[in-house]
Amino acid sequence: MLSNIAIVLFDGFAFGMLLFVLSVGLSVTLGLMNFINLAHGAFGMLGGYVTVLAMRQFGLPFLLALPAAFLAAALVSILVERTLFRRLYNAGELNQVLFTIGMVFVAAAAATWFFGTVQQPIVLPRWLRGSVEVFGLRLGVYRIFIIAMALAITAVLVFGLERTRLGAQIRAAVDNQRVARGLGLDVEKIFGITFALGSGLAGLGGALAIEIVGLDPSFGFHYLVYVLIVVSVGGLGSITGSFVGAALLGIGDVAGKYFVPEIGSFLIYLILVAILLVRPLGLFGRR
Amino acid sequence: MADPASPMLQTEGIRKNFGALEVARDVSISLPRGCRHALIGPNGAGKTTLINLITGQLTADAGRILLDGEDITGRSAAERVTKGLARTFQINTLFPDLTPIEAVTLAVCEREGTAGRFWRDLSAHGETVDESFDILKRLGLADVATRATRTLAYGQQRLLEIALALATRPKVLLLDEPAAGVPKTESAALFGVIEALPEDISVLFIEHDMSIVFRFAASIIVLVGGGVLVQADPETIRTDQRVRDVYLGQANHG
Amino acid sequence: MAATDAAKTIDPHAWLAARSRWSVFEIAFWLATLLPFFLFPTYLTLASQVAIAALFALSVDLILGYAGIVTLGHAMFFGIGAYTAGILSARFGWNDPVSGLLIAGAFAGAIGFIASYLIVRVQHLALIMVTLGLGFLTYELANAMGWLTGGADGLRGVRTGEIFGFFRFDLWGYVGYSYALTVLFLAFLFSRRLVNSSFGLALRGVRENVRRMPAIGSEYRWHLRVIYTISAAMAGLAGAVLTQTTNTVGLNTLSFERSADVVVMLILGGTGRLYGAIVGAIIFMVARDQLAGINPQYWYFWIGLLLMVVVLFMPNGILGFLTRLAGRRD
Repeated sequence: MLSNIAIVLFDGFAFGMLLFVLSVGLSVTLGLMNFINLAHGAFGMLGGYVTVLAMRQFGLPFLLALPAAFLAAALVSILVERTLFRRLYNAGELNQVLFTIGMVFVAAAAATWFFGTVQQPIVLPRWLRGSVEVFGLRLGVYRIFIIAMALAITAVLVFGLERTRLGAQIRAAVDNQRVARGLGLDVEKIFGITFALGSGLAGLGGALAIEIVGLDPSFGFHYLVYVLIVVSVGGLGSITGSFVGAALLGIGDVAGKYFVPEIGSFLIYLILVAILLVRPLGLFGRR
Repeated sequence: MADPASPMLQTEGIRKNFGALEVARDVSISLPRGCRHALIGPNGAGKTTLINLITGQLTADAGRILLDGEDITGRSAAERVTKGLARTFQINTLFPDLTPIEAVTLAVCEREGTAGRFWRDLSAHGETVDESFDILKRLGLADVATRATRTLAYGQQRLLEIALALATRPKVLLLDEPAAGVPKTESAALFGVIEALPEDISVLFIEHDMSIVFRFAASIIVLVGGGVLVQADPETIRTDQRVRDVYLGQANHG
Repeated sequence: MAATDAAKTIDPHAWLAARSRWSVFEIAFWLATLLPFFLFPTYLTLASQVAIAALFALSVDLILGYAGIVTLGHAMFFGIGAYTAGILSARFGWNDPVSGLLIAGAFAGAIGFIASYLIVRVQHLALIMVTLGLGFLTYELANAMGWLTGGADGLRGVRTGEIFGFFRFDLWGYVGYSYALTVLFLAFLFSRRLVNSSFGLALRGVRENVRRMPAIGSEYRWHLRVIYTISAAMAGLAGAVLTQTTNTVGLNTLSFERSADVVVMLILGGTGRLYGAIVGAIIFMVARDQLAGINPQYWYFWIGLLLMVVVLFMPNGILGFLTRLAGRRD
């Protein structure tokens, strides 16, 4: 029983780390521009399909497909941000929600057109398959890999935000956009860069997710809900918040489905609503 | 409460901190019935904050607020309005898509407690509409009463700010820079409207233009760094050295 | 300002009365809703689906279009109404449609009233997430309570009796469409009166500038609770009519897709104008009927594209776009 709990905690944490990579970009861009981008999950899906293509069509190894997924999602997001999203920054939340939901619909249809509705599996390299025994527990190697990746990304993000010039600018812009503008910061440019990085991370998350949750055209929609929960529970613009929110959701989701499968999802939503009522800005939200 | 000499609005030791920043320091002011007082002070002195604290947009950390002798410290912003404490905003806070007649009628309905009647057509509230139109007429807004607020000239929107406050039938009216952004040539006319308000309303206004302050205020409260520096009649303020130092000096190059 | 002269020419009473007067277009519109009986008798089932969707969209317009409450979970109340009517019949043998309808609406309204206390506490993203969360919550609850709701298989054994003990629901949908249309029309009359009342004015005030409302002495949260309750009840009526005209209830009545679809309909038609909800429902439902047969995925492609176009180029929806084209923008 105890080892069951440990395994569930481990699997849940790995799933949570996956959600963290998928959602942290949205948290930061939402905190920056208050732009509710429901198409964030679609960038994750894009990353997934790019990985599938890169490995199958071009024979790229998995580890090289991951940066390809990141780059593809980042590049497409720059294009979309420049041409479309920019017109909507002052358009009100409802218009943002609807426009980006429309994009998710279109993206799902495009994915169906090119790939059909079937699941797209990938073949992991041999060293990522199977499991290892740690303290008597059999842990999946790939899940360890995901956790390691997510922790590395967290470290890079925290370091980047705290120690680099761009990071300082982003923090200033999240804190108070008017003041940041007054100081002569090009908030649009900062946002463009952040948006590309965040979408790239979503693409990377989509690539990492294939092995765990599968990939089909409904990905953008299905994981949107998880991403939104992470972002709203964690609090906008907070990396710590996203990390904690994602870990909680991942563990809660896996534990709920394992121990109380009948009402697992019910509990997740109940907790979501309860948290938001007590802390409408999320656990780590400041504004 | 019946004593006409008792103050209409009184604050006792109001305090408020934003983190380490003290925005209100033991503010105790008092407005007599029918007064025309001005609140002045350099930028960042906490004038708007004080109004927000009095009207309940912000909650004070300490102190009491009395309206006509009644303690309203714990009341919500809406309850304070119902009890007769109205305000206007420095930056237009209007209903862009509503017409002035609709906006003022809404305010009157809220005062009468009839705003929740979803089963009665608006045109059936005859007397309410009459009263609202009278207010608009008084402020010279009658000919634009049926145009969307966002299409009104800026000066007319400033007047609508006052009209909305008047519709609540205030005992005390706090005007946050009523002439903000209005050309100097028109601001005197706007203050003419304020001067002509019913005599029993106590008025406190924030204004930067000293010539207007000296002309329209019977008493002037000077706020500096969140605290009251001095309160006196215009003649005294004009010659007060401290006021010259902290306020008038700064205003010259501000 | 030559206010005194001009003021005589403006009569606020006449102006307000004109705003709520019935126009020729409106009367023509409602007469046209009778056309399916004569022109498309084979499509009466679709027509009642459209009327139900329009009623649901109308309920969302009241909160979203007039009070500015964004919701992505309103199927919650649609489904509660649908299940109430279904459970009354299948579990308690209560087959009378009119009383069943009213009970379903009242129950959905009661749940809406409770939920409204949560809704008014949050804004922006948190509001969207709370509505979304409550929607999923209800879905999962209905799924878990299979003993009552039939779970994923849907509720079996729903039967609907004659209306007023006289009109029997027929196979071709004559009575079904008449029933749905009547409920829609009555709800529309109610909504029309509501939005033209002082209460409607207060809701528009909340939407236009919520910060000003306390400063004119408004306890606007109470207004929001009232309209949320009314809207929930109306959504419940729509769900109940669906149950009674189809004799089935499934989890799809509570699904996120239904919550999203109804907002899409409303946006397509145009928010805050009542007719936008109805026109949007007509366009959406008829288009889906025509296109979805081909492939549901591509149906969503067109809907997605249409949404993007409407948001970018027609901020007031198709109806707003048309009225502006016609040059009679108020």
